[in-house]
Amino acid sequence: MPYRLIACAVTIVFAASTGIAVAQTVKIGFISTYSGPTAAQGDQLDKGVKLFRKLNGDKLPPGVSAELLVRDDGGANPDNAKRIAQELIVRDKVQFLTGLVWTPNAASIAPLAAEAKVPFISMNAAGVAIPYSSDYFARVSFTLWQSSYPLGQWAAKKFKRVFTVVSDFAPGHEAEEAFTKAFRDGGGEIVGSIRTPLATTDFAPFMQRVKDAKPDALFAFNPAGKQATAQMKAYGDLGLDKAGVKYIGPGDLTTDEELQAMGDVALGVTTVHHYSAAADRPANKAYVAAYKKEYGANLNPGFMSVGAWDAMQLIYDAIAAAKGKVEPQATMDFIRQYKNPNSPRGPIALDPQTRDIVQNEYLREVRKVGGQLANVELEIVGEMIKDPWKQFNPKK
Amino acid sequence: MQEFASSLVSVAFHGVAYGMILYVISVGLSVTMGLMGFVNLAHGVFAMAGGYIMLSAMNDHGVPFPLALALAFVSVAAASVVLERLLYARLYTASDLEQVLLTIGLIFMAVALARLIYGTLQQPVFLPAYLKGQYELLGRDFPAYRAFLIVFGALLVAGLWFGVERTRWGAKVRAAVDNRPMAQAIGINTSLLFTATFALGSGLAALGGALGADIIAIQPIYPFEHLVYFLIVVAVGGMGSLRGAFAAALLIGISDTACKYWLPEFGAFFIYAATIAILLWRPAGLFGKA
Amino acid sequence: MIRAGYLSDPRLRPLEWLPWVLAIACFFTAPTYLPLGSYVLIMMLFALSLDLILGFAGIITLGHAAYFGFGAYVAAIFALRVSADPLAGLVVSALAAGILGCLTGLVILRTRGLTLLMLTLAITSICFEIANKASTWTGGADGLGGFTMQPILGLFKFDLFNRTAYLYCLVFLFLAWWLVRRLIYSPFGASLTGMRDNVVRMHAVGSPVYQRLVAAYTISATLAGAAGALLTQITQFVGLKVLSFDLSGDLLVMLILGGVGRIYGAFVGPVVFLLAQDSLAKQFPEYWYFGIGLLLVLVVMFARGGILGIVDRLVSRRGSS
Repeated sequence: MPYRLIACAVTIVFAASTGIAVAQTVKIGFISTYSGPTAAQGDQLDKGVKLFRKLNGDKLPPGVSAELLVRDDGGANPDNAKRIAQELIVRDKVQFLTGLVWTPNAASIAPLAAEAKVPFISMNAAGVAIPYSSDYFARVSFTLWQSSYPLGQWAAKKFKRVFTVVSDFAPGHEAEEAFTKAFRDGGGEIVGSIRTPLATTDFAPFMQRVKDAKPDALFAFNPAGKQATAQMKAYGDLGLDKAGVKYIGPGDLTTDEELQAMGDVALGVTTVHHYSAAADRPANKAYVAAYKKEYGANLNPGFMSVGAWDAMQLIYDAIAAAKGKVEPQATMDFIRQYKNPNSPRGPIALDPQTRDIVQNEYLREVRKVGGQLANVELEIVGEMIKDPWKQFNPKK
Repeated sequence: MQEFASSLVSVAFHGVAYGMILYVISVGLSVTMGLMGFVNLAHGVFAMAGGYIMLSAMNDHGVPFPLALALAFVSVAAASVVLERLLYARLYTASDLEQVLLTIGLIFMAVALARLIYGTLQQPVFLPAYLKGQYELLGRDFPAYRAFLIVFGALLVAGLWFGVERTRWGAKVRAAVDNRPMAQAIGINTSLLFTATFALGSGLAALGGALGADIIAIQPIYPFEHLVYFLIVVAVGGMGSLRGAFAAALLIGISDTACKYWLPEFGAFFIYAATIAILLWRPAGLFGKA
Repeated sequence: MIRAGYLSDPRLRPLEWLPWVLAIACFFTAPTYLPLGSYVLIMMLFALSLDLILGFAGIITLGHAAYFGFGAYVAAIFALRVSADPLAGLVVSALAAGILGCLTGLVILRTRGLTLLMLTLAITSICFEIANKASTWTGGADGLGGFTMQPILGLFKFDLFNRTAYLYCLVFLFLAWWLVRRLIYSPFGASLTGMRDNVVRMHAVGSPVYQRLVAAYTISATLAGAAGALLTQITQFVGLKVLSFDLSGDLLVMLILGGVGRIYGAFVGPVVFLLAQDSLAKQFPEYWYFGIGLLLVLVVMFARGGILGIVDRLVSRRGSS
């Protein structure tokens, strides 16, 4: 008699566990920067994620919910970030890792994600080589080669002599290398190059050097935010605009959330980037409107918030495709084939070989639109381009 | 050669402007540490507060630039009096370690408050139109705002020198710095003197922070980020010496700028190495008393 | 906890075994917390090294991260370029940090007060700049990774849950504790506290103050370097944070919180600080930062001995009543 009861119970339990509508929670580990000097960039990721959760948080199969575990890496601290990721995997048993403003942090986490078989989707960290170090890493943001290489090709047709000034860290080096290669291949001459220390606040001496060399244009890269603003100010203070030196660079220079604070000196700056808040495609208009409604009418979304938004869309799509039962290998296969024609930035996809982002790159100019400064998209200089660096440096 | 002389002038100009800002901010710290023997690492908080107050006044309430500067000076000086009476005065006789710890705690609190109130983005600085643009002199352009900083700084230096060397108040301060018990014995009210001097020093820091907002960005992490430079000015110049603080600030401003211009890859390395060299040669600072 | 010192009884009290019992218990009862646990153990070692010079010798420094960071980077470079054996790397890194400590100590320990403080800051800043610039060796701002540590003694592999790492750190913390305790309870330790309390008198009695300070500083730097090396080896990555002023500042807070000059303050402080940070800072990073600042101010104003100081007072009050 007891045996039949036990057999009955076992059968019921077995049946229940094979997927009759049981509530499932998918855990997503979100690592951003909330403290330290670079908290402003982490804030952008945070805003994108929270907005997505608010508007689309329920768009999952019935019975499936997603839980977001938020962590602060405090800035470019790769050892701290690695420990945080380890704890999310081991203690909280997350099924996705995402976020990451900083390349060093992402680089230290990527091998860990591969070892633990947890899909890791970068919302911002742009270092070109990271996909090579881990099969479980995918990126929904951008790379500096993607923006600076087409810019170099465009610049070679317009200018003969260019001076480059970039911040002395990996993205700065990448931007400089990408631009220099394209520009020289197109027949241009680099008349000088400076790498500024990351902690620089006062760019006047560097701008003075540029002025003395009398180039046609200045190619610059700084981390989006206070540094980009400071360098642009120095450019204006020293009268480089009046001296006929054009200011060009990847879109990080005129990032939308800081653009108003830069003032009129930013007018005429030409950049190449994958996202502008001023773009008039319907998906973007809806996104900007939702952003302003949630966070304030005088705030503009920047490209990092879009990176976060699109990554969340990808993760939710992956969860939906797996019907809530997230399995690592299947998820990575799904991610490899992912396409999203309706991102605020335009159509995006992931490269099946490298799991890196494939997107349009637009040439933009800063103009006054409706009394406000805006990155007006002029033309597409790279149509659904893959990261050029990987084409020049295939994985061995 | 012409090119070199010309860039030398430019480096000197920018360096002096930066040095002036460092001086205005750090002179208060030098006097406080020399006068009260109090290790106030939180001095950068006053500079940051001055910057925030001026920028809020100008950006949110349309207050004109000179008035906003005055407002920054006065409000921070007043607030520092409260802080001094409530907290600092109790620790004048405490050990160096305790003073260091207290002031680091204050920095943590100030940074968190700044972030809560103002957010993490740096404050935008919109200079009044009459201070923008460049002046042309001897074939080179000089940014107007930096010229203004140099002139203002020079006036301040002159004013402070006059105040300290030629007034009775200045004489009392010098007496108290040299020998506090003796000064008290002859009837100088040293605690009132301390409070007044502390207020002046903090007000000056606020002024420096506000004036320098264009060069040294105002954001929550400010007191930590620039602490080392302020301390270097004080240590290298010599505590309690106005002349020393001025010399050290100019030295740092010019060498930092020169390094950026000719050896950008070296960053701040040169400044730290120079600091170590100077402090080993003269532990009390260039103009300090041993 | 009784204040440690030459005049007290050097035999181990039963209560002194408590931290080790607790540490081993944690290993079994909290298996998913071992990454945090390993970090706490490393910070305890680091705090112990600081306590030796700050609490016992009275050297105020804001630059102890220089030795921690130097040990951390040497361990990474050694693992990448020479050998990924953890024990060899640990010994080499600790010795290297000790040598740096000795050299810098010889130079700066002739000064005192603000000058000394400034010099410690400047040295850390220079180390930071060098690490930042020499990116072929140190990876610069990106940090140094890409090495996998070999199993300890060829037997104990470093696993994802940090089980091996936790015990590895615990063993070395124990050894360091033993060493520091022996030092404090020796005549050498007595001369250190003498220098902290009244350096003039120490000169007067003919004590070789300068040599003793340099010796203490060197030992402290060696321990700090060992802590840094342990961090590198268990995370298999090193970044610029290990050389930052932030780290020195945090360490100071942890030690003060626990209580300076008591050996066990270096145990209590990091545990309390890091556990609180783990649970509170995630939700409200601003309020955490503010709270720590406020706590520091309150500790200085009212609770100068830190947590152990409060415990002392409670114990003595109960004893006398």
